[in-house]
Amino acid sequence: MSETADRVKKIVVEHLGVEAEKVTEDASFIDDLGADSLDIVELVMAFEEEFGVEIPDDAAEKIATVKDAIDYIDSKQ
Amino acid sequence: MFDLTGMTALVTGASGGIGSAIARALAGQGVRLTLSGSNEEKLKAFAAELGGGHETLVCNLSDPAAVDALVPQAVDALGGKIDILVNNAGITRDNLILRMKDDEWSDVISVNLEAAFRLARAAAKPMMKARFGRIISITSVVGVTGNPGQSNYAASKAGIIGMSKSLGQELASRGITVNCVAPGFIRSAMTDALNEAQKAAILQKIPAGGLGSGEDIGAAVVYLASREAGYVTGQTLHVNGGMAMI
Repeated sequence: MSETADRVKKIVVEHLGVEAEKVTEDASFIDDLGADSLDIVELVMAFEEEFGVEIPDDAAEKIATVKDAIDYIDSKQ
Repeated sequence: MFDLTGMTALVTGASGGIGSAIARALAGQGVRLTLSGSNEEKLKAFAAELGGGHETLVCNLSDPAAVDALVPQAVDALGGKIDILVNNAGITRDNLILRMKDDEWSDVISVNLEAAFRLARAAAKPMMKARFGRIISITSVVGVTGNPGQSNYAASKAGIIGMSKSLGQELASRGITVNCVAPGFIRSAMTDALNEAQKAAILQKIPAGGLGSGEDIGAAVVYLASREAGYVTGQTLHVNGGMAMI
């Protein structure tokens, strides 16, 4: 597992208060992890802070799963 | 009750009549303030009069870029956090609809409504992170009742009420409340300029039999800013001596 994936999963676990084993790369934030749209906004803010990247709104809208987030962040680093 | 010690606030229009009374009331409960307004000299003089080392920031609320920068600047000045945003600044450009110029309409909407939106948007971010926030906007009784000659002003004030209800629903789960205070007739330079006949006509419509004061508005803001008011959101608190019960 990449370092980005570890850090992303840690943020998701902390923010959504879900068990670590549920945060698989295929997990959908809304369907599998119980996030609402405001949680997604907050997760994106937390990713921006953690990785020092800017995630514009049109990119943020496409982030639906844990893998989407990891891939986007990796592509910007 | 209503001890706000340790909280920080940004108040717009802070050197005006109602704005300065709000600032005074918050400072009196222990809030550290950033006072914003358009007139640097008046702001500095008011901050000096208030004492206690409050900050001042000049901002032209009709300039979107300046408005977007105001909350980050205030957060910096306040040591990294903003607990309370008071959207108080407002202007009037009264005219009958048939005579109302495009810029009379757009100036009022941009300062009274759009700036309130921009400031709330900017403040929501640090408030969400802190899991606490109070967004309080000063609207007006005419935003609910309407008033001839004030279609632009009434629209802007009604807009703030609708916006606050939506934001209240969006942000409630994060410990942020969003409310309005709607003053009726408040003693000010504007009401002082009215003649006796005009004053008598106004007073006839006010069951309390007198004009309100800035302190009446300040007290309402203190309540909505308090931790005790955490279960109150999306509301408009009317402070008008009973002239409109809505």
